[in-house]
Amino acid sequence: MFRRRGDRYVATFAVDEVRVLRKVASEVVGLLTDGFDHSDPVVCRLFPEAYPDDAAGTAEFRRYTEGDLKTAKIDQAGAVLAALPGDSGGEVRLDAEAAEAWLRALNDARLAMGVRLEIKDGTDLGAELDDAVADDPSSSRVFQLSVYAYLGYLQESLLNALID
Amino acid sequence: MGGMAAPQVAPVETPDTDEVPAADRPWVTIVWDDPVNLMTYVTWVFQKLFGYSREKAEQLMLDVHHKGKAVVSSGARERMEHDASQLHAYGLWATVDRS
Repeated sequence: MFRRRGDRYVATFAVDEVRVLRKVASEVVGLLTDGFDHSDPVVCRLFPEAYPDDAAGTAEFRRYTEGDLKTAKIDQAGAVLAALPGDSGGEVRLDAEAAEAWLRALNDARLAMGVRLEIKDGTDLGAELDDAVADDPSSSRVFQLSVYAYLGYLQESLLNALID
Repeated sequence: MGGMAAPQVAPVETPDTDEVPAADRPWVTIVWDDPVNLMTYVTWVFQKLFGYSREKAEQLMLDVHHKGKAVVSSGARERMEHDASQLHAYGLWATVDRS
């Protein structure tokens, strides 16, 4: 979890955490490059329709804004990948600009996972995880829910360090 | 929205859009509730993007959370599209509409 040290935001990650962060950041990049498809509900959530009742207005809005938005999202996921230590685990030290990029990138990753996991308002993550474990402890859903919860704690720690 | 921790941001001067006549603010940017964004994060984004005070940003965040949506800015259409696009960069679910 992140803490502020002087003008830097510092966290120490175990090897498993580094792997998970590299995986989720890479998946976001993949989604925004090769896998980019407006009919994908995750893409739809990351690039919302500006005019839900006006397809032409939304298309026009996207024509002017989507390129920059996509570049920004790829760059912020790239900031995570660039700052991660090698596969051995270790320390990450971010300046204020990199910390904000991480914050947005972690949010994008959580949004993507939230759509796939069908997280709703009032979803109790602990109860979801208990159910998934009871169903099949080795399932992908158990892993995904754990990662989603972890990213939430990590994002909150970074946000708290930034506004402290 | 998830997370209940109280935000701890120092208040910032608020540009007071209420003083601009309604006729000059024909469009609005709306932020909608979603189940993923942390409440503290949404408040922080409102302060960051619009320079709103902590109190105003927190009230808007609570409106989004409890009422399902809130108008976060108003003005010319181009300006609202800019705001919506900025909010999208932070992962908030924003749309543009006539006021």
